[in-house]
Amino acid sequence: MTVLSPDILLIQALNGLASASSLFLVASGLSIIFGVTRVVNFAHGSFYMLGAYLGWSLTHRVMTLGAPGFWGSVLAAALIVGAVGVLVEMLILRRLRRAPELYPLLATFGVVLIVQDVALAIWGPEDLLGPRAPGLTGFVSILASRFPVYELFLIAVGPLLLGGLWLLFRRTRFGLLVRAATQDREMVAALGVDERRLFSSVFFLGSALAGLGGALQLPREAVNLNMDVSVVVEAFVVVVVGGLGSLVGAYVSAVLIGVIQAFGILFLPKITLVLVFLVMGIVLAVRPYGLFGRFGEGEGLRSSVQETVLRPLSATSRAVFTLAVLLIAAMPFFAGDYAMGLIAELLILAVFAASLHFLMGLGGMASFGHAAFFGIGAYGAALAFKGLQWPMAASLVAAPFAAAFAGLVAGWLCVRLSGVYLAMLSLAVAQIAWAASFQWVALTGGDNGLLGVWPPTVFASRSGFLLLTLALTVAALAALRIAAFSPFGYALRAARDAPRRAEASGIDVRAMQWAGFVIAAAFAGIAGGLYAFAKGSVFPTYLAIGKSVDGLIMVLLGGIGSLTGPIIGAFAFGGLEAELMASVAFWRAILGLVILALVLVAPSGIMGLIGTRIVKAAKPAAPA
Amino acid sequence: MSAKVLEVEGLVKRFRGVNAVRGIDLSVHAGEAVALIGPNGAGKTTCFNMIGGQLKPDAGRVRLEGQDVTAMTPRLLWRRGVGRTFQITTAFASMTVRENVQLALNAKAGRLNRVFGRMTVAFGKEADAILARVGMSADAERPCAILAYGDLKRIELAIALAGAPKLLLMDEPTAGMAPGERVQLMALAASLAKRDGIAVLFTEHDMDVVFAHADRIIVLDRGSILAEGPPDKIKADSAVRAVYLGAGLASGVG
Ligand SMILES: Nc1ncnc2c1ncn2[C@@H]1O[C@H](COP(=O)(O)OP(=O)(O)O)[C@@H](O)[C@H]1O
Ligand SMILES: [Mg+2]
Repeated sequence: MTVLSPDILLIQALNGLASASSLFLVASGLSIIFGVTRVVNFAHGSFYMLGAYLGWSLTHRVMTLGAPGFWGSVLAAALIVGAVGVLVEMLILRRLRRAPELYPLLATFGVVLIVQDVALAIWGPEDLLGPRAPGLTGFVSILASRFPVYELFLIAVGPLLLGGLWLLFRRTRFGLLVRAATQDREMVAALGVDERRLFSSVFFLGSALAGLGGALQLPREAVNLNMDVSVVVEAFVVVVVGGLGSLVGAYVSAVLIGVIQAFGILFLPKITLVLVFLVMGIVLAVRPYGLFGRFGEGEGLRSSVQETVLRPLSATSRAVFTLAVLLIAAMPFFAGDYAMGLIAELLILAVFAASLHFLMGLGGMASFGHAAFFGIGAYGAALAFKGLQWPMAASLVAAPFAAAFAGLVAGWLCVRLSGVYLAMLSLAVAQIAWAASFQWVALTGGDNGLLGVWPPTVFASRSGFLLLTLALTVAALAALRIAAFSPFGYALRAARDAPRRAEASGIDVRAMQWAGFVIAAAFAGIAGGLYAFAKGSVFPTYLAIGKSVDGLIMVLLGGIGSLTGPIIGAFAFGGLEAELMASVAFWRAILGLVILALVLVAPSGIMGLIGTRIVKAAKPAAPA
Repeated sequence: MSAKVLEVEGLVKRFRGVNAVRGIDLSVHAGEAVALIGPNGAGKTTCFNMIGGQLKPDAGRVRLEGQDVTAMTPRLLWRRGVGRTFQITTAFASMTVRENVQLALNAKAGRLNRVFGRMTVAFGKEADAILARVGMSADAERPCAILAYGDLKRIELAIALAGAPKLLLMDEPTAGMAPGERVQLMALAASLAKRDGIAVLFTEHDMDVVFAHADRIIVLDRGSILAEGPPDKIKADSAVRAVYLGAGLASGVG
């Protein structure tokens, strides 16, 4: 690096602290909401983004009023966002209290999609530059450098907020209830508290904090439509590194991460993207419950799986599957290239979703980063094909091996944790893989990706590739099904159902989970390898968090309680997304609404819906 | 007397200042049912967790058939013949009753690393035999998730039996059951102990159950052994009456 004078170091440290305050504003709200309601609120970043956009609009309205106008707008934006949070809680999440714990998460994905399109409709796709904060526009001299006063103000906001929240939680009845609920949910019911009011007020507080964070960001950076996901991911990192349920932990980890980012730009510009997740990986590897976390805080996601008995396919289901396979196999006779391409893609997604279901449905390990193995499979196949000049068959075989190897490493780290911690560590691992695919240009081509991965010979045609994909998909899905009913599959489920019981019955829980992780990674790799050839190219987006979220949506939408669920979910979600994207401007909002509708109508997925319908239909016929 | 299966010496466990267990010696012989009783918080579960490998003792030794097994993992202890049920009952909720037992039998046979072939094709008969012994034959096909608490306790016992244990640790095996069911379950456990020569160590709050089925009783109070002996002697022990059983004893035994 260039000259590192003391003032540059000091300025970077101060920048880091200012970022830390912003991070803490968002993370504290997320932490409080999770602590009390156990909702993993992916829409938290959307609340932040809304706060920024609302703040932008409001400050522009009252530009002439000077400082009172600016601060009034910031406050109003926070309060409006708080109200939006309450609405989301009352209209959607409240209805899902009895649903398995991952379904509220699915609903918040729906909210993210809707907010994205609402923001796009109201504020347009361009970045919006915010106003300066009246009264804080100047600079102070620090050694030989100038430092913005507004940043100094932000530095103070973090500790002030921490102090304020501390007083709120220690000195008020509301705070007492929040702490009680965070530590022990049953206790709140025992105290005779109106749970609904508590949840609503917690959502108000948490969302308002996110909105405040967004509005306070106006003088620092332009408002844009990508803020939501990037912020919520960072906030999750902060909360998990600090330890779930600990506000002090959240602040300490916000400072840690803010400062590391600031110095990372200075010293390690090549791996800035990875740095934060590397830190998170290291912290969780050493302290599985975060810096200030306690054992048992983040177990929520584990018990999320429904306790339904897996049954072999019924005769009817077998017939339906056979028919579907035959129908797809016959597509070359009646369908066009577009349809065949789409179906091939949906088949691949089905394998991806089924592999994630193996991990989270059977293994009880909810992963937020499963796309990493999909992407590594895709890169593995593409590199074998283009780089090593292997034939397509060999490249397709290379894909699951590459993914399984990555799964071996990632799984070793991840299975030592459970619940939200496991989910976030898997996300960290995936983000590291994503950043590598992005920044290791020599190997991966970086942003430009790897091109020209087209299938040769008979598979070059849409029909040829469809048949190949169909054959491999059927084989992969059958293999996963066989594994689910094997002794290993049962042991994996036993480890999920009752880990202590399993250990005392001779089941090596960690070993089973690790093996399950590797198998799931390998099958995601199969899907990724096929996808590379289906698209003729591989990009870093294949590993990105969006793809992992897609996988989660497919599994949950289809229904986590059955092996058929993820397949249905992949076809429903993938098909809907492709159709909407091609034909509707605001396709995200519609997709989000469909997800919400489905979650509310069928809180155990499409398969659950079908299941209850069949049971209901059968009931009158059965003798009493 | 038959061989000592379990031998515990000077077992100690502290939790952040709480002396949960302070130096306990006890032994259980093959075919013998020993009851560990004492008021809530006396340290019974902590004792069980140290013997079963769920907790590491701060001091003391645990020997199984003469071999030192102190602080071994639950899985290694299971391999050496320790079966247990938990105070807070758990079974594999996403499986049927028979599958629960079949899985335990598959584990015993070292078949869990197989990813091909149905788990349920192996040990069906053996599982049914065990279910018959715990009186759950009629429920073999039912999902565990919908079972009543008392039935879950029996499933847990069946899972433990599938491991062909030499030592059976049962922490409050009848808590939450109807009184009639309690006596029945403990009678079953005691008869198994006699028939198969299993050493049984159990904790229990219901004194009817304890006095009816324990060969020997160990009374724990605040982490230490207060008294030990056959049921008659414990009934008559004035220290036990005073500290633990209180005046309710006479009527309780009646
Ligand atoms: N994990 C633990 N952490 C702290 N204290 C514990 C823990 N487990 C048990 N204790 C304490 O140890 C004592 C003995 O508890 P326990 O063995 O559960 O008693 P019992 O089973 O006889 O009711 C109690 O005071 C209890 O509060
Ligand atoms: Mg106990």
